Amino acid sequence: MRELSIRHLQAFFFSLGQLWRTRWGTAMSVAVIAVSLTLPSGLYLVLQLTDQISADWQGGAEISLFLKPKVSDAAALKLAGQLQQQPGIAAADYVSATAALEEFRQKSGFGSALDLLDANPLPSLLRVRPQTDQADPAQIAVWLEEFKALPEVEAAEFDYAWVQRLHGIVQVGRQLALMVSLLLGGGVVLIIGNTIRLAIFNRRDEIEISKLIGATNAFIRRPFLYSGFQQGALGGASALLLVYGSLGLLAPAADRLAGFYQSQFTLQIIGWVELLLLPLIGGLLGLVGAWLAVSRHLRDIEPG
Amino acid sequence: MIRFSEVFKRYPGGGDALKNVDFRLVAGEMAFLTGHSGAGKSTLLKLITAIERPTRGQVWIGGENISRIKPRKVPYLRRRIGVIFQDHKLLYDRTVYDNIALPLVVAGLNHAEVRRRVRAALDKVGLLGKERSYPLTLSGGEQQRVGIARAVAGKPPLLLADEPTGNLDPELSLEIMNLFAEFNRVGVAVLIASHDLELIKQLGYRQMVLDHGELVAGGEQV
Repeated sequence: MRELSIRHLQAFFFSLGQLWRTRWGTAMSVAVIAVSLTLPSGLYLVLQLTDQISADWQGGAEISLFLKPKVSDAAALKLAGQLQQQPGIAAADYVSATAALEEFRQKSGFGSALDLLDANPLPSLLRVRPQTDQADPAQIAVWLEEFKALPEVEAAEFDYAWVQRLHGIVQVGRQLALMVSLLLGGGVVLIIGNTIRLAIFNRRDEIEISKLIGATNAFIRRPFLYSGFQQGALGGASALLLVYGSLGLLAPAADRLAGFYQSQFTLQIIGWVELLLLPLIGGLLGLVGAWLAVSRHLRDIEPG
Repeated sequence: MIRFSEVFKRYPGGGDALKNVDFRLVAGEMAFLTGHSGAGKSTLLKLITAIERPTRGQVWIGGENISRIKPRKVPYLRRRIGVIFQDHKLLYDRTVYDNIALPLVVAGLNHAEVRRRVRAALDKVGLLGKERSYPLTLSGGEQQRVGIARAVAGKPPLLLADEPTGNLDPELSLEIMNLFAEFNRVGVAVLIASHDLELIKQLGYRQMVLDHGELVAGGEQV
């Protein structure tokens, strides 16, 4: 067991040394891998942020119930209380016609014009806020029908078309990201497979001599597998830098954009697990590529 | 140590490279294998190291029948045989030390043991102090000594050499052969393929002669 781990360490450092000796070639393939991994992971991150923002907006989304004029304050408050009890509803606030007028007067700047009216033209209103996790378009449509049927309610409105659209876009984006990931992941496997194939041919003599003096296939295979893993992991780490570098550049603009929509856009500092994920994925893809090359070409090299 | 019993080797599309070869080399014995080029010397050595398998007949190495040896077991067979080549087959991007250490690293020896054995092997071939050199900075004779050091570093009971003096002048050739004789004196069996007949006669060891794949002389022990 101890002997085996020593051999693995030997192979690990040997292949690191080989990568260093061929550092320009290594840098090129690592760069290609980094770009291939940056694209899908950047796409994922943007999608995640979009999702987060749209969830924010949906959370802030309200269904407005315009009450019939004859409904009294007391009756309206009672209805608000009932609605609040319903599962999936976070809050139901009552805004009386008077309060609504006051609010409109303050925000619109039409104060003096309003004074000309002899009666309050605004209806009283219930603002119903669904719980964030319940706010998918289908559920909101169901609620709308339900609320419209209430005797106290004149009209119920929710501008959900755009939420639905955004939802659809994010969904398409997810599928796209998945396809791009699969394609470019396959690309990384092929790139590393090819690099390892070339390395095998470059070290043909060494492999032959090693076999002649009693090296097992496992012994010969090991440094190539480590090399594939290391190149993939380096590519993944570089991709991580690229993704966060470009997000850092994008952040101020995105922040301004989010500001227009009264929303918060914050670049989250991601955890250690996620930091390790990209190098790990790169490493595993590299290992697969190396394995393909090794199992295909090492057998052909026999002393003769 | 080595036993061939009615061994035939036919390459696909070619004639018989070896025909009905029968001989023994006992532990600690030294012998030469001669014959014109194409007589089958290299083929015979390849059968011993399981690079090739016999078409018919049996080959035993150290009591193990390797005529149908499984690929998985071949590395362990080769660790018991030290092989020296005419073209040295050294790794030119590694130091002398790393070249000699290779079979020991392959066999999984620890660091201290590897260092000890490499130094011992270098001492035996008279190259102490050249550990850090690269093979290309050495002369042909010195490169061959590195090859020999690599072959003996693992202390195998059997040494095989394929034309080890092919590219060397007579004086150096004699030195190299004497080196083999020295290893033989401490109990290592040695089989050397060579066509340097004068030198072989001078040394006076058993001589096996191959002619068109047939062992025509030296099949019996002296």
